[in-house]
Parts: sequence; structure tokens; C-alpha cells
Amino acid sequence: MSEVAVKTKEPKEPLFSKKNRKLITDPLTDNNPVTVQVLGICSALAITVQVMQGVVMGLSVIFVTVMGNLVISMLRNYIPSKIRIIVQLVIAASLVIIVNEVLKAYVPDVSEKLSVFVGLIITNCIIMGRFEAFAMANKPWPSALDGLGNGLGYAGLLIIVAIFRELFGSGTLLGYEIFGNYITGSGLYSIGYVNNNMMILPPMALIIVGIIIWIQRSRNKDLIETH
Amino acid sequence: MALNKESNGYTFGFAITLVVVVGTILALLSMGLKDKQEQNDVVKKKMDILKAMLPKAEGDNISRKNADAQFDKYINLEDALVLNYEGKVVEGVDPFEVDIRKEYKDKTLAETKRNYPLFVGKRNGKTVYIAPIVGKGLWGPIWGNFSIGEDMRTITGASFGHKGETPGLGAEITQAFFVDRWINETISDENGVATKFEIVKDGSGASKPQKVDGITGGTITSKGVEEMTNRCMEVYAAYFKTLKN
Repeated sequence: MSEVAVKTKEPKEPLFSKKNRKLITDPLTDNNPVTVQVLGICSALAITVQVMQGVVMGLSVIFVTVMGNLVISMLRNYIPSKIRIIVQLVIAASLVIIVNEVLKAYVPDVSEKLSVFVGLIITNCIIMGRFEAFAMANKPWPSALDGLGNGLGYAGLLIIVAIFRELFGSGTLLGYEIFGNYITGSGLYSIGYVNNNMMILPPMALIIVGIIIWIQRSRNKDLIETH
Repeated sequence: MALNKESNGYTFGFAITLVVVVGTILALLSMGLKDKQEQNDVVKKKMDILKAMLPKAEGDNISRKNADAQFDKYINLEDALVLNYEGKVVEGVDPFEVDIRKEYKDKTLAETKRNYPLFVGKRNGKTVYIAPIVGKGLWGPIWGNFSIGEDMRTITGASFGHKGETPGLGAEITQAFFVDRWINETISDENGVATKFEIVKDGSGASKPQKVDGITGGTITSKGVEEMTNRCMEVYAAYFKTLKN
């Protein structure tokens, strides 16, 4: 598979060549892992109730995609193709466990916040998708950039969805009261505004992601599949 | 290279090497960090107890750094005791060492064999009893501490924790808005007979006794809090009854 690509001698290119920069910017826009490739939807539903959760999850995924892509890319010529998926899984899972153990020992408060995400990171299809589609066939440096780009693309989308859900579902952003205090009824609540409880339930995340996909595709017709 | 990477031998060799390497790294890491993690757990336990006991403003000031000193200031571990399921004092068990989460999870341990530690603290000359509780939420264990005032029935404070409840929904049990709903509820009637709590959805929790509003979207976790509170507080109420008589 990657044998041929490796043997052809490529001219040395600068670290941030146009091609490499594209690896980071593409997943942020026209090749977003969530809205275009529709990967990682499950965790996008689960943890976008609050912006903070989206940020923490985004950072964790960025770490795992970058490190994982790097490790897989370095091993790509040694991994037997028959068991490559399971090898990728082992590496993703190990990275996540290492991070979790270190956090638990040195920053236990962050580790508590991450608790439930750890499992979600391992099952995130973006990670396996990037390992299989990119890192197995590319050199370590472009792979790391690709991981960074896709991690950022995922994190960005999580945060956008979370902003809508936290603002309209709880009336807060990052925990700060935007619309006033719901319990004491101050601010907007004093004139009869109520939080939309539908927003904090998972289906709304799907609807918001759907709306984002709709907007993105109506602006860029190339993304619309013809079949 | 002479190695045939498609051969079964290479595949097996690679798999075995990978597993051994990864396993060794993880095992070493886990062993190396174990002491530190256990210390963190002990500090966390003290923090949870203090947070249940102290008013919110003071409880928020408890951090990992000052938890040890504050714990020694408010709580005398020599007064702490361990109860059995009937609310009778058990001798010879160290209350702080009792791991109620482990006992709750242990299926081989009969429910009647579980220990119920009770911590006694003093704040501004008043005695406060702190009762830890444990139960299960939607995804895993949940736990908490209730502090009971000098009248041995009114809840003066609480703190809840969980292993992996849904962020933004069930995980909200740790937030002040939910914890505060328990304050001033009573665990027993005037005669010391345990009373049950009920988590409600209709918003009547604030006005009615023994009723507490649940969390929207976190019904199963809220019900888990109800169940663990009712089950554990019955034991403590039974003990307090013997103290009163």
C-alpha cells in the first residue's frame, strides 16, 4: 500500500509549505470531519450541552489525533496490513489512558472533568479515520499537521454547537449568566422568557449540526453529493 | 529487507511485540503514579466532607492545598464512628478507611455487612454530623455526603459526586443549585422515625417537605440520588434515634 509512495524520492519541502498549510485549513472548512465527512457525531451529541465541555473534549481529541497520527505514521512501514485497524485502536486507546493517568496524578480536578470523555475519545471515528486514511500513507510531519487540522475542525464545531445549546438551553455561556438568573427570575426572565429545555436534550445537537451542514452546503455547492 | 511483512509469523510477532511494549508502558505508568493518585483520592474525600459541612462561601474556599489543614480544624476523627445496617455502632473499624464505594460495588458482600461511617465535626461550637452515602446513577456510581445539624434530623449541607454521569445533565448533581435543594429537608420526623424523600418533576420540591426537584434531562441520575439518600439515611436516622432516647 504505502510502499510505492515511500520509495519515490520527493523533493524536500519547507515545513509550512502550501500543501502542509492546507492540511490544517482544509478540515476547518471544506473538509470538516463532522459536517462534511459526518464523523464523530455521537460525541458531538453527547457533550455539547455546555461550552466548557466542548473545549475540554476538543483539546483532548486534538492531542490524540496529533500524537496518534505521529506514532502511526512512524510505524506505518512496519504495521502488518492484516491487523492494522487493531494496531491503530491499541495506539489510540493507550494514548488516551496515558493522558488520563497523568492528569489523575498531577491535575486531578481536570481529570474529574474529563472522566466520561475518556471513553468517548477512544470511540471517536475521526481518530481512527485519520489514522487509516492519512497517517498510514504519509510521513510523520504532514500526519501531525493533518491530526491538528482535524482535531481543530472537530473542536470548532463542538464549540459552535455548544454555544447555541448552552445559550438557549441554560441561558449561560461558559457558566456566566447571559440572560439573567433563571432561578431568581432576573434579566430577560422577568419579562417572561423561558429556557428551551429541548436544547439540552441530544436531538437538538443533531438538528443544529444539520442546520450547519445545510448552510455550509448552500454556500459551497461543490460539497453537495450528486448521487 | 528479507522480512515478509505479509507472513503470519511477522503479523504475530508484531502483535505480540506491540502488546508487550504498550502493556509495559501502561503498567509502569500506572505503578509509578499510583501513590500520587491515592493521595489525591484521600484529599478529595476530605474536601467532599468539608464541602457538605461548611456553608457554600466557605466550602468554595476549600482547595486541594488547604483541605488537610481545614479538615483537622473542623473534624475530629476520634469522634467518628462506624455503623452497621441497623444503625448500631461497630467497634474496631477505622471510619476514614471505610471505602463505602468499594463495599457498595462488592457483590460478594451482603448488604447487611456494609459499613456506614459517620463523621462528627464542630463549627462555631455546634456539632455537625456528616454522613457519606453511595448509590448508582445512569452510567456508574454516584456518591455524596449529607451534613446533619445538632437536632439530628435537619440537613444543613450536602455534596454530591459521580464517576461518569452525562455532562450538563446528570453530572449537574454536583452543582450548587441542586445541592441547595436538599438543605433544610429533614431525614426523620420528630420522633426520629426515618422519612423518605421523593424526587419530583413538577417543580413542587421547593415548597413541599420531603420533596426535591430533580434535574431536567437527568431523571435517572436524580432518581439515583433519591434512592441512595433514602437507603443510607435510614441507617443514620436509626442511629440518631438511639442517641435521642
